[in-house]
Amino acid sequence: MPLYEFVPRRSNWHAWLPVLLGLLLFPLLVQSEYLLNIAVYAGIYVILTSSLNITNGYTGLFSFGHAAFYGIGAYTAAILATRSGIPFWLTLPLAGIVASAFGAAIALLTLRLGGIFLALVTIGFQEIAYLVILNWVSLTRGPMGIPGIPPATIWGVALSGNRGYYFLILALDTLVLFLISRIVTSRVGRAFVAIREDELAAQSAGIATFPTKVLSFVVATFFAGIAGGFFAHHARFVSADSFRLDETFAILTMLIVGGMGSLPGPVIGAVFLVVLPEASRFLAEYRGVVYGLILIGVILFRPEGIAGVPGIIRTRGALSRAEKPSAEEGQPA
Amino acid sequence: MLVPQLINGLTQGSLYALVAIGFVLIFGTMNLVTFAHGEVYMMGAFAGALAMTVWHLPWFVALAMGMAAAWVLGFLIEKIAFRPLRTAGHMPPLLITIGLSIILKDLAVILFGAENRPVPSIYEQTIRVAGIQISVLQIVILGVAAGLVVLLRLLIQGTKIGRAMRATAQDHEAAYAMGVNVHRVFSIAFALASCLGGAAGVMIGIYYNAVYPVMGAAAGLKGFAACIFGGLTSIPGAILGGIIIGVVENLTVQFLASGYRDVVAFLVMVIVLVLRPQGLLGRKLRTV
Repeated sequence: MPLYEFVPRRSNWHAWLPVLLGLLLFPLLVQSEYLLNIAVYAGIYVILTSSLNITNGYTGLFSFGHAAFYGIGAYTAAILATRSGIPFWLTLPLAGIVASAFGAAIALLTLRLGGIFLALVTIGFQEIAYLVILNWVSLTRGPMGIPGIPPATIWGVALSGNRGYYFLILALDTLVLFLISRIVTSRVGRAFVAIREDELAAQSAGIATFPTKVLSFVVATFFAGIAGGFFAHHARFVSADSFRLDETFAILTMLIVGGMGSLPGPVIGAVFLVVLPEASRFLAEYRGVVYGLILIGVILFRPEGIAGVPGIIRTRGALSRAEKPSAEEGQPA
Repeated sequence: MLVPQLINGLTQGSLYALVAIGFVLIFGTMNLVTFAHGEVYMMGAFAGALAMTVWHLPWFVALAMGMAAAWVLGFLIEKIAFRPLRTAGHMPPLLITIGLSIILKDLAVILFGAENRPVPSIYEQTIRVAGIQISVLQIVILGVAAGLVVLLRLLIQGTKIGRAMRATAQDHEAAYAMGVNVHRVFSIAFALASCLGGAAGVMIGIYYNAVYPVMGAAAGLKGFAACIFGGLTSIPGAILGGIIIGVVENLTVQFLASGYRDVVAFLVMVIVLVLRPQGLLGRKLRTV
């Protein structure tokens, strides 16, 4: 496949305006707090999945520790808001900054390792983060969690129902997706993709691969921290159990099902897999089985997911998109 | 207080070592990593626990049943997750085994319930060896672990399939060209690895008098940490890694705080991976 197929292009954002309009009208049509709550969660997972897509999808670095950064963001916001009374509009970026500081540290330590080892170190970090949150009682209150986190406020007005949070997460999602789309279509984003496709070639083309990979990690973990900060102010209670390895796997499943390496892929995956278990009691009860079966099915039959870029997981499945004959192949040797 | 903790550590470490050897068998022959190994261990533990509580069978029959159940499960996992993707690199099998581990964990909750299932205790008496108090159960566990390792060594060094496994570990393609049925070797190596994991699960269940659906996650990761500690391809290294992690964990409980015991294994894993990715005793890694 020619390289330009992989390179994200600036999409025609006007095409998304009707979707955005529909999403703006959604809470006016739907009154149920329960449905709005699901929509808010879908919005949080859109950020988590899209940010994981930066490392795992665009840069091809398999990180398995995303829930740890999500948790670090959530705990940062929770601790700052409850202990120091820092307002929402400050805790949110601080959550992102603290999470990305951890992301930078992990990246500096581990990015010299390739492929599978990176995956395993990040799993190790994930478990360490969970256990430290659980055991550092003086900071995190350990297994008791942190209750009483103040609600998000906008211009001094505290949000009370899920409607307010819905509009907030919609605005946040739009902003995050806009920023990610700008990043991945920039020079840096093309460097990410170049590293994924062939690190050696990228290096010989003058890309400083190590700093670029670290940057990819920093950006991804920053957005994960932001999602955590929002989660803390929405749920108004954080506990270590929300940020276990299972959570990382859930985010990873969403990303792979939606499709890696494209902008809409993770959004589709997140919304689909958040809404699916709510569709029936049966699906909700067997959530793990459903997620697992979908993940296995996607890897075996359509490794690029619903809307991802083919070839990031280097296999093809029976339901994969048909490969376009490339220009070089068409010519006689 | 130091010596009993060392013995506790050695006992647990010997079981981590069994789990770790499983990873070595799989990575050594197939050059791939499974993530469902902890869940195989858990399922083996449940099979053993059911044999002891429901059918009231003696512990060694329960051990055999746990190993058999794990063997079958491992065989199936290899068929589902590894066989179709033999040439696909590391990531697809790893992701599929992640899916399988989620499914198996949930299935265990559905089938057996989320709460702890008690396992009857055996050999509760303690004896004194050279002034050291040691329980008979600990001796039994160490004996089982050592016995299985010896059997495995006999199998690898002394039988035809063992020779095929060694040949495949050195070079898949050369082995294949020499007439080794590589697929069968992969299948048996995976089932054998799972079988050892199942044995560790049954013995841990007896040791702690309980089995539960999420017991596999930590054990799988610790086994993996142990196998990294010794290099991904060395069985003696994996045994050493398992025992070191077991002992250090128990010393952490003794001298630091019990909550941090599980951090040790992962910290060791991260440090070893960062400083010495080939492990302490491992041979040089193939490109990964």
